[in-house]
Amino acid sequence: MSRDLIRLPVFGPGASFSELLRVAASDLTPPPEVTGALAVPEGTTVLALRHAEGVIVAGDRRATEGLQIAHRTIEKVFAADDMSAVAIAGAAGPAVEMVRLFQTELEHYEKVEGERLTLEGKANKLSQMIRANLPAAMQGLVVVPIFAGYDEARSAGRIFKYDVTGGRYEEDDYHATGSGGKDARSSLKKRYRYNLTRDQAVKIGIEALFDAADEDVGTGGPDLMRDIFPTVSAITAEGIAEIPEDDIRRLFNELISERSEQMLPPETHAVGVRGPGGEQQ
Amino acid sequence: MPMPYYVSPEQLMRDKADYARKGIARGKSIIVFEYADGILFLAENPSATLHKVSEIYDRIGFAGVGKFNEYEQLRIGGIRLVDVKGFSYSRADVTAKSLANAYSQSLGTIFTSEVKPYECEILVAAVGESTGTNEIFHILYDGSVTDKRGWVAMGGQAESLGSILQDKYPGEGVPDLPTAVKLGDETLRSVEERPMPAENLEVAVLDRTRARRKFRRLTDAETKSLLG
Repeated sequence: MSRDLIRLPVFGPGASFSELLRVAASDLTPPPEVTGALAVPEGTTVLALRHAEGVIVAGDRRATEGLQIAHRTIEKVFAADDMSAVAIAGAAGPAVEMVRLFQTELEHYEKVEGERLTLEGKANKLSQMIRANLPAAMQGLVVVPIFAGYDEARSAGRIFKYDVTGGRYEEDDYHATGSGGKDARSSLKKRYRYNLTRDQAVKIGIEALFDAADEDVGTGGPDLMRDIFPTVSAITAEGIAEIPEDDIRRLFNELISERSEQMLPPETHAVGVRGPGGEQQ
Repeated sequence: MPMPYYVSPEQLMRDKADYARKGIARGKSIIVFEYADGILFLAENPSATLHKVSEIYDRIGFAGVGKFNEYEQLRIGGIRLVDVKGFSYSRADVTAKSLANAYSQSLGTIFTSEVKPYECEILVAAVGESTGTNEIFHILYDGSVTDKRGWVAMGGQAESLGSILQDKYPGEGVPDLPTAVKLGDETLRSVEERPMPAENLEVAVLDRTRARRKFRRLTDAETKSLLG
């Protein structure tokens, strides 16, 4: 294999890594078709929102398999390269594999060509990869990522959402997808403002994930017992950076104490065993 | 009927080697150093876009001298090879040794079985956790590989560069980055009669203090400030 690759004509697969895999190692490309419904781990809620300095991307940590929790610490936000991130929802296996291929694709292009793809180019490439997954999606292995990054040509953050056919749609403000996506979007709709600072965006993103976890059984909230928190990455002109876990823990703790002040105090909830007439025993 | 002509294999190989060496001698030179934080590449290259030195993988860099289209094909082939390997196994399974081996096989086959040998020499370097674990492989036009330490000079002026570096490169320990860049610049200048502005210097490092991808090009401004 090694010599064939080195002497493969330069104009063969060009700078595309997935094309190279198809030509040189077709056994490593995604499987063509699966028959029958499969029960596989599913990622649940991810979101992205724009702010004045760029964009943030966040995701909870839970994977579910039907009504079971499949994994408590899965990561759904991946750095695609230094200037962009992919957040995945849907069938976890194919999604993680798609991200790995996408990451290699971007780096491969950058090394062969000597320069990075534009953000638009990266978004289109991901679109093609989702389209290639369509046969598997028909079998229930749906992968619908969010792609977000900093566009150096426009000096702004940009967000792209996708449908199962690879359809690519750009969002001006925010987007959330996955089982708790609707709840997260409802939360973002109330809190989102144009020109947020990065820190405000992180706070609002965390609140939206909290609301999604509150309404959707598939979405994991902050797990205080195991000390597991959703992950948030911020992309600005300086590149991608993960928000430190300590900051996320602090923001969740603040949010929980803020929310619990608005709740009914515990003694007003009905407790204890009641008789047929509703009287306390 | 024309007589089939006979050329002895010795003669054939010698002619091919002469041809390849002449081609390489026409090109500009590259110096590679081990320095305190990794490996430094210095090349005289008037073009800012057609590189002689580039990134192959996380820890691995590449340098080529001679005919551009030939070492460029080897560079792209190498990137393809390691990206497929790292994708199918793990990033840690990609090694400079196996890449050097693949290059050696390719160049060896081209040298013996094709009419025209490649007129280029390449170098594969991988930065290790410490100076002792750096790996530098110098691969010639005929596929022969040598494992180097300290410094390597390749290209048209390799011999004169080598004789200078033999004396000037520290016998013990490794220089820091500014010292290494200055030494490389002086050495390249001393064998070249033409004036060489700092913009014509292509400088890149494999810096072990960086995150996953160790390869980095130095900008003209950085090079100038290092040269003082």
